[in-house]
Amino acid sequence: MQPSARPLSPHLQIYRWPLSMGLSIVHRVTGVGLAVGSLLVAAVLLSLAAGPDAYATIHAFCASWFGTLLLFGWSWALCYHMCNGIRHMVWDIGWGFEMQRVVLTGWIVIVVSLLLTALVWGCMLARGAMA
Amino acid sequence: MSATELRTPLKRARGLGSAKDGTHHFVVERLTALALVPLSLWAIYLALSLMHADYASARAIVHQPLNATLLSAFVIAMFWHMQLGLQVVIEDYVHLRWLEVAAQIGVKFACAVGALACVLAIARIALG
Repeated sequence: MQPSARPLSPHLQIYRWPLSMGLSIVHRVTGVGLAVGSLLVAAVLLSLAAGPDAYATIHAFCASWFGTLLLFGWSWALCYHMCNGIRHMVWDIGWGFEMQRVVLTGWIVIVVSLLLTALVWGCMLARGAMA
Repeated sequence: MSATELRTPLKRARGLGSAKDGTHHFVVERLTALALVPLSLWAIYLALSLMHADYASARAIVHQPLNATLLSAFVIAMFWHMQLGLQVVIEDYVHLRWLEVAAQIGVKFACAVGALACVLAIARIALG
């Protein structure tokens, strides 16, 4: 079949993803992920109030490879959601809607979220293994 | 509107809710987000301290009045912001009416219980 010369309507499978589209989707996904992560925040606080045994269980989970992987993911998700949230608030005051600035602030969010995550885990490693 | 409808648009709109709170969700979502920026950074710092502490010193950290206060503010803002965010996600993707309503109620209750449980746990540590 001869490919049509007519313009195609945007569709997820054929549309080249603009940066802001990916960032927007990731913002929502990290938000839902952080909602799941809030369960861990609650678990840590409740176990700390409950006693040493309960706390040891949660602590052991956090120190396990799976727990550490989750913590790593959540720490990046939090950094990303926070940075992109700030980007949203900057938009809310009316700044940065020009395409160039949208792309620039998007890349800033990506880089700063990764740097923040690296900083957190750098501090983590610098202070030695988990107690 | 049928030709025989004699009621004015104002009469029909009355009782269906105030027109003044349309931005309420938007505003509270931003307000909790604003609070969560410094609180989250601080919570990460606190979590790093807790990671390297044994049970007694972890409890002592949360026992400090400033930490207990900020931690309470953090979990309240977190669960509040979480409810507002999940509300929009459910509105966007759940199109079965009964399921949507059930999910919205479930999320609201879960967030309220989560926030209460965390604040009470902090209070038990802070006052214990």
